Amino acid sequence: MTRDDITAVLIDELGRIAPETDASRLDPNAELRDELDIDSMDFLNLVTALAERLVIEIPETDYPKLATLGHAVDYLVERLGVAAVTSSEQSEPHHRGPPALGSESS
Amino acid sequence: MPSLGADMEAGTLVEWLKRPGDRVKRGDIVAVVETQKGAIEVDIFEEGVIERWLVEPGTTVPVGTPLPLIAGTQSTPMAKLSEVTAVPAAPVPVAPPRVEQPPAAGRVRVSPAARRLAAERGVSLDRLTGSGPEGAILYGDVERAAAAEPLPRPAVPKRLDLAEMRRAIAAAMARSKREIPHYYLSTTVDLTRSLAWTEAANVTRPPAQRLLLVALLLKAVALALGEAPEFNGFFTAEGFQPGAGIHLGTAIAIRGGGLVAPAIRDADKLSLDELMAQLRDLVARARSGALRSSELSDPTITVTNLGERSVETVFGVIYPPQVALVGFGMPVERPWVVAGKIAPRRVITATLAADHRASDGHRGALFLADIDRRLQSPEKL
Repeated sequence: MTRDDITAVLIDELGRIAPETDASRLDPNAELRDELDIDSMDFLNLVTALAERLVIEIPETDYPKLATLGHAVDYLVERLGVAAVTSSEQSEPHHRGPPALGSESS
Repeated sequence: MPSLGADMEAGTLVEWLKRPGDRVKRGDIVAVVETQKGAIEVDIFEEGVIERWLVEPGTTVPVGTPLPLIAGTQSTPMAKLSEVTAVPAAPVPVAPPRVEQPPAAGRVRVSPAARRLAAERGVSLDRLTGSGPEGAILYGDVERAAAAEPLPRPAVPKRLDLAEMRRAIAAAMARSKREIPHYYLSTTVDLTRSLAWTEAANVTRPPAQRLLLVALLLKAVALALGEAPEFNGFFTAEGFQPGAGIHLGTAIAIRGGGLVAPAIRDADKLSLDELMAQLRDLVARARSGALRSSELSDPTITVTNLGERSVETVFGVIYPPQVALVGFGMPVERPWVVAGKIAPRRVITATLAADHRASDGHRGALFLADIDRRLQSPEKL
């Protein structure tokens, strides 16, 4: 699976969560939660879908690494690489808030 | 026709999902109706065999109108006929008190299959000319229209009409502010224990089984309601009527605007895992417009959770005829005094909006404090 394939999977899943936006035109550096107006339930659904489609583990402590499209692709590439290749590099944590906080808004 | 809220007066039958002669039991989905809250699946409260349908698809009828005629179960040899509505509490009307006038332009007849296809493909029925009898729109008409104007992915969930939902919210909230003497209480809850417990629980779980803080908040409210029944129920002409169970209306925002608050039934009896699974299912169905009628008519109280990326405090408007709403704001990190020292802590503001006709502030304060206390022992939730 190439980087482009992973990006396509991510954009597809983001499109499911936010069908009214064109996820392929996302600014790779923008915060996904803000750009797509996704709450923690949406985010959990995204992580669930990615973990199942890519067959990887995404621990909760890594959620901040999925904060932007660009960082999320970097992270997923790294996670998939770890499965195939032995050496891996630790990516910078792009911190944004703690995991497991509230859910849908009203 | 079930009532899906104080604001609903009528609904339109879209299609039947069961045939005369079919055996039905409590909880079966028997029909789809169109309401201000979108297309809603009607689940039934009685057991028996469907004798015949009393309402034709496409007909708009007032709330309380019986939809199916149901014969009793086989155990009753002299099959007792009972006209049921999908609302347990509603009295059985002898005759519908009034019939909704069809829209002035005359109602366009649409076959159920055509209506479903139109919804799937995002085809507007208003602009179609039907080829069926009396201009009825048929499956083929929609198919042709869909082929003529291929649409991209629909911008909003296809079974939801956000303008209608806006009107429903307007009616319910206007009634609330007109009739309900609200009082408000607020407290700040230290989330340290609940968050640490949730994070620890999630370490070993795959994403599909992870918990969100909101599951703990809902459970704490449900358990506290067990000790504070005057916040769980309805205010009617006879005064306060306690709810038959603790059914938490869970406010869910709809993308593009609007919200619904379907019930998580008997939330006090659910484990956190069950509660979380139900919430995930409910959020998904609310956003795709596939809620069931009982889920919208059941709530005995509403819980609203602003979540992240919002603000600290919500002052709720009670959804009539309920008598209380519990609100949670955005969890924030704040300097907090712990054992005489200032320490950074994650806290959340919990608020209560309650009906002063049903309860007083002192009881409300005890109720809110009890929610706080329960969130300090997450392992007991």
